Amino acid sequence: MSLAQSGAEIVLRLDQITKRFGRLVANDAISLTLHRGEVLALLGENGAGKTTLMNILFGHYLADEGSVTAFGQPLPAGQPKAALAAGIGMVHQHFTLADQLTVLENITLGTESLWSLGRGRAAALAKVQGLSRDFGLAVDPLARIADLSVGERQRVEILKALYRDARILILDEPTAVLTPQEAEALFQTLRLATARGLSVIFISHKLHEVMGHSDTCVVLRHGRVVGQVATRDTDRRALAALMVGAEMTEATVAPGVPGPVRLSLTGVRAGPLRDLTLELRAGTITGLAGVSGNGQAALADLIGGALGPEAGEMRVDGAPVSRWTPRAALAAGVGRIPEDRHKTGTVADFTLAENAVLETYAQRFSKLGFIDWAAVRSHAMGLIAGYDVRCPGPEARIRLLSGGNMQKLILGRVMEETPGILIANQPVRGLDVGAIAYVHGRLVAARDAGAAVLLISEDLDEVMGLSDVIHVISEGRLSPAFARGALSQGELGLWMAGQGFEDAA
Amino acid sequence: MIEILISASFWAAVLRIASPLIFATMGELICERAGVLNLGIEGIMVIGAFAGWMAVYLGLPLWGGVAVAFGAGALFGLLHGVLVVPFGLSQHVVGLGVTLLATATAYFAYRLALPQVTSPPKIVPFQVWEVPVLSKIPLLGPALFAQTPLTYAAFACAGLVAFVLYRTPLGLALRAAGENPAALEAQGVSVTGVRIGAVMVGSGLMAVGGSFLTLSAFSSFFFEMVNGRGWICIALVVFGAWRPGKAVLGALLFAGFDALQIRLQQTPMGAVVPYQLFLMLPYVFSILALVVMSRRAQVPAALMVPYTKGER
Repeated sequence: MSLAQSGAEIVLRLDQITKRFGRLVANDAISLTLHRGEVLALLGENGAGKTTLMNILFGHYLADEGSVTAFGQPLPAGQPKAALAAGIGMVHQHFTLADQLTVLENITLGTESLWSLGRGRAAALAKVQGLSRDFGLAVDPLARIADLSVGERQRVEILKALYRDARILILDEPTAVLTPQEAEALFQTLRLATARGLSVIFISHKLHEVMGHSDTCVVLRHGRVVGQVATRDTDRRALAALMVGAEMTEATVAPGVPGPVRLSLTGVRAGPLRDLTLELRAGTITGLAGVSGNGQAALADLIGGALGPEAGEMRVDGAPVSRWTPRAALAAGVGRIPEDRHKTGTVADFTLAENAVLETYAQRFSKLGFIDWAAVRSHAMGLIAGYDVRCPGPEARIRLLSGGNMQKLILGRVMEETPGILIANQPVRGLDVGAIAYVHGRLVAARDAGAAVLLISEDLDEVMGLSDVIHVISEGRLSPAFARGALSQGELGLWMAGQGFEDAA
Repeated sequence: MIEILISASFWAAVLRIASPLIFATMGELICERAGVLNLGIEGIMVIGAFAGWMAVYLGLPLWGGVAVAFGAGALFGLLHGVLVVPFGLSQHVVGLGVTLLATATAYFAYRLALPQVTSPPKIVPFQVWEVPVLSKIPLLGPALFAQTPLTYAAFACAGLVAFVLYRTPLGLALRAAGENPAALEAQGVSVTGVRIGAVMVGSGLMAVGGSFLTLSAFSSFFFEMVNGRGWICIALVVFGAWRPGKAVLGALLFAGFDALQIRLQQTPMGAVVPYQLFLMLPYVFSILALVVMSRRAQVPAALMVPYTKGER
């Protein structure tokens, strides 16, 4: 019998929560209930609306519609203080701790009147130590936060919530930053908490955690609840199907004509990447699917030259590379569409023209050590016309452009160099439909012109729709290459969740 | 040299010279611990020196003068705080602006109030108060316990600042505002309120430090009397690694070199060596000490970082 059927007290009820950001509906009429002693897992891909929902619950965001009821009392919207007072404690993905203060100071911060003369330190210390013991949260209350590991910091965040007598704990992707052992300890803590009548919501996109440690599972997709099931009545496959959507997307792009191998990695280790073997062929789009933070950034850096291989062999056009730097990569014909166009793709306060030649000004646009501004300008004009960049002109600061137009300029900057190897890292993130189609069209055109394209994306539809070959990355490991259409979305979802790898737990 | 170091008058002078530095350093330390660099310190010391002296000249008791100085400093602190905390303006630019404004205001008001004088008028400053019994201890007594009340107050003030910072919820909130303001705000405490409050109290202390010059060290107000002490205090905060105890130590060290150089000028060596070299001494040693001491210092993480609610 599940908790819902057992008639356990309902401690939290979300009713028809809707939140819009501009035209994007992040949460679409979401309702859910949490019972006393229950562990509820909120499951969904990135961008499904999980974090938005929890931020509404905790009062960081204001919902456009809907209401929250905690312990039978309506919760005033948009007030973290009210949520705290109602017994809701939230452990954010990014901790809110002051590094130079001690654990105890961080925990007691804001719990006492500012004007009291003493800090009641002894009593606070005793309470924290008691909580530590009761909930299995080992941490030295007198240590400075800066000296703690990530796992310990998370324990401090949980202690902070418990110290304020939280009855409902919300954890946003709590295991994203933990080692497997720390994650196991965390779930033990959560079990101790529910045994004492607390309730827990944890956000995750890791299927094995959800299956192993939750009572109820709510699946979100595109801001909607697409399934609410008792965990014991379901299995990974069903959850994966719910998470990524059952509908199959047909590959709409004609397959490429594979050419010679341009870049190969054999047994390469670099940063978080383990024993990586990968081939990028000319005339092929190689898709890399995976949940973000599993090593995609490191792989892009590796090919782009920002990260050198620590072990294994890397070959470009058959020749082993020795010193692999961004400059060597550029010289070898590697083009990059960076993941974050604001941070690493452009300089916001530079003009379009300046941004257009960021990578090539020294080689192609200088005369006797001076920049040839006339050539830069005409090059920029060419890009603007050729790649349909809507802007006031080459002298406009790039910060004024929409994401789509900024991306088109970056695209043009890369394509004009006719790269032999192109790394497109999240090339359409945050773009509207029209810009997405444009960028995809250009990627396919580059492939047809003979480039070896590596498409990194968290969007399975995008990877499946464009790629000739698909790899899945999970915890720094790379799956074997799958031909287009060889795996269903559900099967890819399982790989993304870490299943199928040789050393998978 | 040895004779100088074992004379009670030398150590008495060290404490005396350190007093205004301690007040102002504590003031700056409070500001920076809350996350706000206050370069208004030099000007605020000038306004404190002037306001305290003027109040006493116009008939207020000496402690009334100290209070007026504190109030004047807090007022300029409010100006600095409002500009840099809610409005998030550059703390460097606003601080230098406050210094220029406060200095000019003091000089202007002085000229306005006393247009005719050629030699600065005098008041009766704080007198030495010998602590009963303790001041009778040989050497130590006359050095430590025969000072003016404001010197005792300076050391008491440092103790109080340390107590508040480390032992009270208010101090905890203040340090959190300088380390991770978001963590403070998440617990329902206003970062803006804490920071502005800290800048006002800190500026008040800076002004009291300035008033020490007119109410205790000298008996009149004249131009250029603060003479860079404010800038020294900013260095002392760094030297002290943002800790009150170490900062007091730094102030004593600087004062020690200052007292020493005056006395060295009067030795036979002073007849040969140009006196400017002696004047340089405290600064040279301060720079050296700063280099050694501040290498591992922990800067408040959110120092000079404006806090905007709701931003990540």
